[in-house]
Amino acid sequence: MSDVLSDDGSDINHDDSQEDVMTPAELISKLEEAWLNEKFSPELLENKSEVVECVMEQLTHMEANLQRVKKGDTKASIHRMEIDRIRFVLSSYLRCRLQKIEKFFPHVLEREKSRGEGDPSLLSPEEFAFAKEYYANTETYLKAVALKRMPPNLQTVDMLKAVPEPCLDSFVFLRVKERQENILVEPETDDQREYVVDMDEGSQHLMRFRTIAPLVSSGAVQLI
Amino acid sequence: MFCEKAIELIRELQRMSDGQLPAFNEDGLRQVLQEMEALYEQNQTDVNEAKADGRADLIPSIKLRHCCLLRNQRCVTAYLYDRLLRIRALRWEYGSVLPPNVRFHMCAEEVQWFSQYKKSLASFMRSLGGGEGLDITQDMKPPKSLYIEVRCLKDHGEFEIDDGTVILLKKNSQHFLPRWKCEQLIRQGVLEHVMS
Repeated sequence: MSDVLSDDGSDINHDDSQEDVMTPAELISKLEEAWLNEKFSPELLENKSEVVECVMEQLTHMEANLQRVKKGDTKASIHRMEIDRIRFVLSSYLRCRLQKIEKFFPHVLEREKSRGEGDPSLLSPEEFAFAKEYYANTETYLKAVALKRMPPNLQTVDMLKAVPEPCLDSFVFLRVKERQENILVEPETDDQREYVVDMDEGSQHLMRFRTIAPLVSSGAVQLI
Repeated sequence: MFCEKAIELIRELQRMSDGQLPAFNEDGLRQVLQEMEALYEQNQTDVNEAKADGRADLIPSIKLRHCCLLRNQRCVTAYLYDRLLRIRALRWEYGSVLPPNVRFHMCAEEVQWFSQYKKSLASFMRSLGGGEGLDITQDMKPPKSLYIEVRCLKDHGEFEIDDGTVILLKKNSQHFLPRWKCEQLIRQGVLEHVMS
């Protein structure tokens, strides 16, 4: 990345003890992948809070290093730009997630509630708290302003039915990172039949999100 | 015709397709709620009569009124929810203090919702990165240039930039400064980004 980072050897970030040490470049690359996937996916993807935390630590280190650089050094402005760019990607990633959480709030909470024990969580603890508060706030509001003034049998609204779900059949562009064989493509209309495709590494496709959703989670494809 | 007032509420919002928030239509809402009350009471009467006297001919009207009640509920909740989405957008555009002319268009419950939303968002942002916090309502656009042209809106005294130069920020003076140094002052309203 830049020599601002290599000034201090301890800048290399460590994830949890279970994961390998990542270089800063790898970390930022992971952030960008998560960001692009989240931007182009119609539904909320798994949370990547370890990446978020590491990037924030990284930014703090970079800011601290920048303070130590000699004033007026032209490198300083370039490092500054780097910091701003990374912060932009991080903020954009978090904003994108928050927007989806707000847009699909009952469904997001439902998904989180019904996931299996071993499954990775959809929401970070902070996002989960935010989603619950958003739900409660909206429900309280609707009750107070109108629902409680309606006839007795109409004083509740089923949020899961009232709020639209994300459209998983939207088409997305993707690039294949790991070769896939025998991907089943469901028919869209009654006249079509299902068929099977092989996807070569490096190839790019336009497909329905639903077909390749598991490949996004596993990292086998990258949305573009 | 039933449900007309409810549709009018929806149309009111549809007319303002740019996301603006019209004044809260307290009157319109009240009329819809009154219609719902009347429909419900008529249905109660008819249902009792149908049961007591075996008046099966009343059933179609009961069903019709029930459909109208559901439609009214749906239209009202759509109206209220769409307004919430517009109000939510205001937090992201204007920040946590709403301009008074917008607040004037909100009913008390909407102000309450906004206040709660602000709090939730703030505590979410504070908790990011293990308590370090990150204001994600900033950095809305990718950083493009290193230096920007700014105009000073109020007297702010001396201001030192990285290479040691000291700038005097006097009202209405214009400067070409590094972007990161100005962000804070732009947010505070001391400087204004001049885009030519």
